[in-house]
Amino acid sequence: MKVALFVPCYVDQFYPQVGIATYQLLGKLGLQAAFPAAQTCCGQPLANSGCEREALPIYRHFVDTFHTYDYTVVPSGSCVYHVQKHFDKLEQTPAVQHVRATTIDLIDFITNILEIKELPGTYPHKVGLHLSCHGQRGLHQANESEMTPVRDGQLRRLLAGLDGIELTELDRNDECCGFGGTFCVSEAAISGRMGHDRVQDHLRNGTQVLTGGDMSCLMHLQGIVRRQKLPMRVLHAAEILNGLTP
Amino acid sequence: MSYLTHASRAEAFTLDHERTSWHDETLWFVRQKRDKAVYAVPEFQELRNLASAIKDHTLSRLDEYLAQFEAAAQANGVRVHWAANAAEHNAIVLDIIRARGATRVVKSKSMLTEECHLNPYLIKEGIEVIDTDLGERIIQMRDEPPSHIVLPAIHLKKEDVGATFFKHLGTAEGLTDPQQLTEAARQHLRAKFLAGEVALTGVNFAIAETGSVVVCTNEGNADLGASLAPVHVASMGIEKLVPRLSDLGVFTRLLARSATGQPVTTYTSHYTKPVEGREMHIIIVDNGRTQQLGRPDFRASLKCIRCGACMNTCPVYRRSGGHSYDFTVPGPIGSILSPNIDLKKHSTLPFASTLCGSCTDVCPVKIDIHVQLYKWRQIVSEANHLPTAKKLGLKFMGRLLASPTAFKVSGMLGRKGLRLLPYGLTHNKTVNAWAIARELPEPPKQSFREWYAQQAQPAT
Repeated sequence: MKVALFVPCYVDQFYPQVGIATYQLLGKLGLQAAFPAAQTCCGQPLANSGCEREALPIYRHFVDTFHTYDYTVVPSGSCVYHVQKHFDKLEQTPAVQHVRATTIDLIDFITNILEIKELPGTYPHKVGLHLSCHGQRGLHQANESEMTPVRDGQLRRLLAGLDGIELTELDRNDECCGFGGTFCVSEAAISGRMGHDRVQDHLRNGTQVLTGGDMSCLMHLQGIVRRQKLPMRVLHAAEILNGLTP
Repeated sequence: MSYLTHASRAEAFTLDHERTSWHDETLWFVRQKRDKAVYAVPEFQELRNLASAIKDHTLSRLDEYLAQFEAAAQANGVRVHWAANAAEHNAIVLDIIRARGATRVVKSKSMLTEECHLNPYLIKEGIEVIDTDLGERIIQMRDEPPSHIVLPAIHLKKEDVGATFFKHLGTAEGLTDPQQLTEAARQHLRAKFLAGEVALTGVNFAIAETGSVVVCTNEGNADLGASLAPVHVASMGIEKLVPRLSDLGVFTRLLARSATGQPVTTYTSHYTKPVEGREMHIIIVDNGRTQQLGRPDFRASLKCIRCGACMNTCPVYRRSGGHSYDFTVPGPIGSILSPNIDLKKHSTLPFASTLCGSCTDVCPVKIDIHVQLYKWRQIVSEANHLPTAKKLGLKFMGRLLASPTAFKVSGMLGRKGLRLLPYGLTHNKTVNAWAIARELPEPPKQSFREWYAQQAQPAT
């Protein structure tokens, strides 16, 4: 299986450790992922701001970079959702169709493609899982409170399988964190307030390590945790699953 | 002309931290009631599919169903009027009132008449209009627009209501007991009901095969108004139709559960024909709906049954308040309806969302609200209604992200800059909105690509 790693633009620049954890985790699962150096971004920041047309060259560049791989694995559900859903604006060549069908979130790749339901490891900490909306509602990686009271999902199961871990039960299991791409600056007051409320839910319910599958939500939440000097570590799920201890 | 943005009005709302918490929790409570009611109905998702399909079908043959409805209503002895816009609607209402020589009107909740700004129009013409829904009456006294389509005074606390009634109804100063306040409103409204000469109501559903209209309330105020007054005028948008009476049950099962978590509204009243010697009128209003029907990407917004579930679930609405939208219908659904009416004025509303998608998932008729928000953003941008600085920044970003070299170099410079520049500059709140509530990420020495380049690679 020929697997490429797409490291989202802001992860590449600000959170290299998340890319490294993803790369190493795939290695432990027997896959030598390639990192095509020409990669940049999926174009979502522009498109979500209304500049889909300006994003088209980025889409084409993404397809050119990744169309020769069996899978393009991404440690971010949001980027994957964008590629799958919004690359419909490109002419649907075989390459575009292939990239849309095979660009996949890391957790989906582990559980659905590699069919690994449990990873070895010990993690004796209280962990709060933040569900990214694009991963949960967009890619259907987790149950939604709009539909069912049962809290379940792929990442929740993988984490719950670690020895010694305790998962935080939140008051609001799947409320949006308020990042929202450029929303975080264009609606800074609401974005900040939403993030504050999300972090408080974790704090109230005892989260020591805040994690999730999408670094963009976590970047925003970490910014609030650090501003408020809260006793909480923020880590991408790939870092935990790769065996990092806080 | 420039307009206030949603963000600026929202920011003003959030300045009162405690009140924002209270507003958020109050509406979240309604969302939770909705969840409980939904979980208790195993076929709820099937009902949503069915409701969505019925509405899609109806909209696809709206012209036929409207003609069928008109003929059936006329056969029942109802007088049917057509209004292309708000002005025509208001003029028709005034004509009906004038023809009776009436001056006192009682009105139950109707978002359509809000949309048409009927109240100020009639008041200017010397007509007394009394809103009889409790929440509507409260905001009418305060001269405020509704902040929610189902819970019009949800932005007010009982202390606010007490102060309003003290001023307008002469209740004791500082009275905050909900039961006593409600009783004062009942006594006040009872006199108005008895004096009403013309009753105006909205319409929740109009049945094409029977020509009847269905009005859902919890207070029974529409029923009391329409039963007491000799003239009943029901105003409806063209999208309110369902084909058959047997379709109605799908919607009544969804409406109240989605809106407030009740199994059904307290009153679900069918109005088919006037009582002998009395008049019943139905005004069918377009006011931009045909235009929306002509937009393939947005016509599904006309399926809305005005339950308000998207408002209750929206994490932005709950923290910004309904008035921050400055449109008759606030929240996510309002943000996809309003650009159709005035794109420039409402250009910031499609951006008043994180696109989290919760609105779409609670919508009882499965309107793809967050998808339409995304699509309106493209149209706002194409029409050049984005703020200039934002547009230029995004264009620059577009070129940067399409070029691997430019991306690599600017990333390196950016990280270096963040490390070297003083904190006071990188976290300056007037320049960097990110830093108002958040720290910037700590810039690492090495990007992932730099780390990767140093790894020994197996030959591929």
